[in-house]
Amino acid sequence: MSSTMPMQEYISPGHMACPGCGAVLAMRYILNVLGEKTVVVIPASCWSVIDGVFPYSAVRVPLFHTAFETAASVASGIKAGLDIQGDTETTVLAFAGDGATFDIGFQALSGAAERNEDFIYVCYDNEAYMNTGVQRSSATPYGAWTTTTPVRHPKDRPKKRILEIMAAHEIPYAATASIAYPDDLSAKVKKAKGIYGTKFLHIFSPCPTGWKSKSSQIIKIARLAVHTKVFPLYEVENGFTFHINMEPKNIPVREYLKLQGRFAHLSEEDIADIQRQVDEEWEHLLKRALY
Amino acid sequence: MIKVMIGNHAVSYGVMLSRVQVIPAYPITPQTSIVEELSEFCADGHLNARFIKVESEHSAMACCIGASAAGARTFTATSSQGLALMHEMLHWATGARLPIVMANVNRALGPPWNIWNDQTDSLSQRDTGWLQFYCESNQEVLDTVIQSFKISEEVLLPTMLVLDAFFLSHTAEAVDVPDAQDVDRYLPRYQARYRLDVDNPHSFGNLATPEYYQGFRNKIQDDMIRARTVAKKADEDFESIFHRSYGFTEAYQCEGADLILVTSGTVVSTSRIVIDELRKEGRKVGLLKIRMFRPFPFDDVIGALKDAKKVAVLDRAISFGHSGIFAQEIMSAMYNQPSKPLIYSYITGLGGLDVTPRIITDIINDACERDIPPQESIWIGGKS
Repeated sequence: MSSTMPMQEYISPGHMACPGCGAVLAMRYILNVLGEKTVVVIPASCWSVIDGVFPYSAVRVPLFHTAFETAASVASGIKAGLDIQGDTETTVLAFAGDGATFDIGFQALSGAAERNEDFIYVCYDNEAYMNTGVQRSSATPYGAWTTTTPVRHPKDRPKKRILEIMAAHEIPYAATASIAYPDDLSAKVKKAKGIYGTKFLHIFSPCPTGWKSKSSQIIKIARLAVHTKVFPLYEVENGFTFHINMEPKNIPVREYLKLQGRFAHLSEEDIADIQRQVDEEWEHLLKRALY
Repeated sequence: MIKVMIGNHAVSYGVMLSRVQVIPAYPITPQTSIVEELSEFCADGHLNARFIKVESEHSAMACCIGASAAGARTFTATSSQGLALMHEMLHWATGARLPIVMANVNRALGPPWNIWNDQTDSLSQRDTGWLQFYCESNQEVLDTVIQSFKISEEVLLPTMLVLDAFFLSHTAEAVDVPDAQDVDRYLPRYQARYRLDVDNPHSFGNLATPEYYQGFRNKIQDDMIRARTVAKKADEDFESIFHRSYGFTEAYQCEGADLILVTSGTVVSTSRIVIDELRKEGRKVGLLKIRMFRPFPFDDVIGALKDAKKVAVLDRAISFGHSGIFAQEIMSAMYNQPSKPLIYSYITGLGGLDVTPRIITDIINDACERDIPPQESIWIGGKS
């Protein structure tokens, strides 16, 4: 299959990500689509480091670093500031991790979405506070080890259903995407770029460091997340119209879990429990969705 | 044009005349009528600005930071708890070198809940790198808004202008509203020197090593010091067009005064009357108004106070475990002077407690009678 992705690159070699970092691929694919008329907002996250140390930057578009909980509010301000000066063309991209999105920045994000601010908000989700050393966030999945959910007491609550929460704001576009499926991801970014209002993209972004997995296997893990139904690819338009973009192959979750050391402590019962949860969530999604 | 208006509307008119382009705002008593009036100006087209109704003060300041980084002239207003919530982003605005202007209506912090006048909110933000101006009248409020943009945009540091809850915010006075064309002459449209520009891409605020980090902090201090010269020129230029100026401080009857009362905000107006009365009785007393708190006006303060025998500082705030905050600043300014007065710290007027002529007279008499200032601040008024 030939790729439909644009090939102009906006990230240069020499960035400071770990080998196999999903967050770099996510940014790369997105900027390939959005192009040079883009301003990026980065709250505290791995990307605060990945961009590089002053006076260098690995990104070839204007980039504004800001405090942890402010991606959506700073993006709102930038958009208004550009707009009042007559620049209605530039895309504002907020690019935040799961901690900045699900947790500390959620209030600002909810406020911006309720106002339908005109920007693309990307959550690159690596399912914990990776930059500070793998502490649990509300995006951490049930059963996972992190440095604040030790194996004797792993995460005992499910991952927050952020996409449905964002869709419930009745924003024009909300979608999941994965670094394992760049064509789908790129198509969604392109679609988001053409829509006025708040666009929310939830991008599955494996972290070999925090997930205790091999750098060489992150794409495989991300594919398995889709095909075990752990992370289905779907989109929601205007809050109500759900559409599943890729039919999962129904692979057992065990295949996904076993490639990651963060799940190594799980018993057979735990895995069966996770399979049950995943199946239930999928049924829940099917009830709302159209293929 | 003379209009009768409350202090909050004087802020709004100053903002409109400054042709602000983005106003992110969140309501808090007693700031609300500032932003309500601005939302009206935006809705009727008197002001061509984006008014963003954010969901918190933290987001208000974050939104200001984004808009200012994009190159727009940006304003917000808050008070008390709202200012405290912004604290993190006040530092960010300074570090990002953004010339944001904010009005803070001085209000007490809870608990217990109290919506009245107190300076603890703004003085708690002393070390965030914002310029601070404490206003005495509604005219000074309007004029200081316009001057603040002039100064901030030159030194690339944010400015907070401060007005007393209710005593100014909700009190109507006659205000001479400057002609828009004159303001345009004084404060031309904003052209940001540095901004997020897709034709000239840069990364703002990325990780800096200790050497660079300290260098950036040093530049902030250099520009804070330079802000004195810039603010002086801004005040002089303002006078040449509008025939009003304020200075960093105002020394009232300080010539030959044995005791000088130092204070700020609306208490200054009441204190003038007390000083006049006491002067009529032949007492050698004077008054120093502090208008500019950051950068601190060392030369003006030292010049006014060095020959006095005693100085009584009236603070509407307290740094718990130390003393009145203005008092600390005055003491530190005078410490290395060869001749210096005894300095007394008085705390009163917290949570809106009325600072009457009686209280001010009591403070002056108390300072006159005590030979040595006590280590602790002296509290005047209030119930125990």
